[in-house]
Amino acid sequence: MSNLIKGKEQEWETVIGLEIHAQVKSNSKLFSSSSSTFGSKPNSQVSLVDAAMPGMLPVINKYCIEQAIKTGIGLNAKINNYSVFDRKNYFYADLPQGYQISQYKHPIVGEGKVTIDFKDGSSKDIRIVRLHLEQDAGKSIHDQNPTKTYVDLNRSGVALMEIVSEPDIRSADEAGLYISKIRSILMYLDTCDGNMQEGSLRADVNISVRKLDDKYGTRCEIKNLNSIKFIKQAINYEVKRQIEVLEEGGVIEQNTLLFNTSTGKTRPMRSKEEAHDYRYFPDPDLLPLEIDQEDIDKLKKTITELPDDRKKRYVDDYNLSNYDASVLTADKFVSDYFDNVIKFDKTLKKSSKIVVNWITSELFSLLNENNIEINNSPITPQYLGKLVKLLKEDIISGKIAKDVLVEMFNTKKDPEKIIEQKGLKQVTDTSEIENIVNEVLQENQKMVDQYLSGKDKLLGFFVGQTMKKSKGKANPKILNEILQSKLSKKN
Amino acid sequence: MKLDINTINKIAKLARIRLSEEEAKDLLKDMNSILDWVEQLNEVNTDSVEPLANISSSILPQRKDEAKDINSADEILKNSPDKLEGYFAVPKVVE
Repeated sequence: MSNLIKGKEQEWETVIGLEIHAQVKSNSKLFSSSSSTFGSKPNSQVSLVDAAMPGMLPVINKYCIEQAIKTGIGLNAKINNYSVFDRKNYFYADLPQGYQISQYKHPIVGEGKVTIDFKDGSSKDIRIVRLHLEQDAGKSIHDQNPTKTYVDLNRSGVALMEIVSEPDIRSADEAGLYISKIRSILMYLDTCDGNMQEGSLRADVNISVRKLDDKYGTRCEIKNLNSIKFIKQAINYEVKRQIEVLEEGGVIEQNTLLFNTSTGKTRPMRSKEEAHDYRYFPDPDLLPLEIDQEDIDKLKKTITELPDDRKKRYVDDYNLSNYDASVLTADKFVSDYFDNVIKFDKTLKKSSKIVVNWITSELFSLLNENNIEINNSPITPQYLGKLVKLLKEDIISGKIAKDVLVEMFNTKKDPEKIIEQKGLKQVTDTSEIENIVNEVLQENQKMVDQYLSGKDKLLGFFVGQTMKKSKGKANPKILNEILQSKLSKKN
Repeated sequence: MKLDINTINKIAKLARIRLSEEEAKDLLKDMNSILDWVEQLNEVNTDSVEPLANISSSILPQRKDEAKDINSADEILKNSPDKLEGYFAVPKVVE
């Protein structure tokens, strides 16, 4: 698959690296005991440490360290037994300390990699440079008053994991797949809730373009994107902009950009002369973090199935394609649902592809229409399993199964009961179907004549009429057989 | 190592401290003499010495992940010169 972009005179290659900020799933903040719950009353979860009152000292949250280690293991990365917390100094209203406690030279997690899967079945590794722990800043609200900014420090001090990739990404689509994969790993590990709308997962995107095999071009960084859709839009816009500048003989200035979600355009955030000088230095309030290998090994054992392991199981045990398996495992809740459907009955293992289709097309469209997440689905995995089994055993037809599914969705009822109550069982009794076929052929003598004189297409008409008469309950295979044999006898 | 007046002004700007020309000159002298004093340490050969993080060989204390419900808004905002509905209000910051 070629990712090259055609310019006026030549083709360009896009080079992208991502810095993902993932909020650690924990009860309390990284260096204080205030709650990290989202959406509380402003400034209600701010301790004296978070507000940076003089003399306050940070004490690290053990669980946040464990969460970072687990995430590192999930990213196939090296866990560093020795890491250091540094102060990143900058001046801003929602950063009361005047610095952010972060990790600079010695992060807790080193090099790793994740695999992304493409539709055509191929895959690609994206290398991870590092993961480090840091504090989040507070929240500023700029648009409520022409002369004031309002500040809420509830988020101040909440633990973040910054995950930095190598510039291995070559298109907006790859960037989308990469962040989806990271999100999925985090959610399987339960180290981040993955909620992009609430800002639990957001990304800074570094973008440059170059002629193929040339050295990297000058990059621009787009800050703080919080949806996969916006990430892709921002990349596509920025790549086009950079190519245009270069083709007109200009140069790309290294810049920090903001993406305007309503116009779909990027614009520079700060001018160069005010470029940040963070003056990193080790935080004298915090000793280096030393981790025993034993503790890392213990945490390794607590990790259950990761998306790639589960994908492999689906390919090996259920014969699903690599891509189908990757789509299914991307969201842990979807994948758990699928597992529970299959668990309903042994025979379903062989029909796994049909189960996938029922989940990803029929069930998803019902859930989407009603804005319901799969983990709150009114149709239990057991009932969906039962429905697919009834379909496979020819008790109901595919068309009726779809109607039953809607009924199940609305009433939460057992599919077997619905079928019984509404008399929807498929008619497989040949004599009954034969009677209906006879009626249809008698009522449509003209059409029969036309068919016999060579209008083959009319077969579909007879099938439709018979089906309609049987109220959709005739077994389509038997119906077709009878119809064809009847018509050929007439010839 | 010698600092120049531009570096002093840059540090002051990053720290949001306004200095008069006079003050900057004084600080330049002070800071250079501090640096000179610290630079005496360069006389010691430290090629094979690991950097020392602390002298007590204690380890980083860690706490359990327990959230304390503090409902801090009133106390935290008490010293704020300007506030609105539980928020700090500060002069408009652009971006």
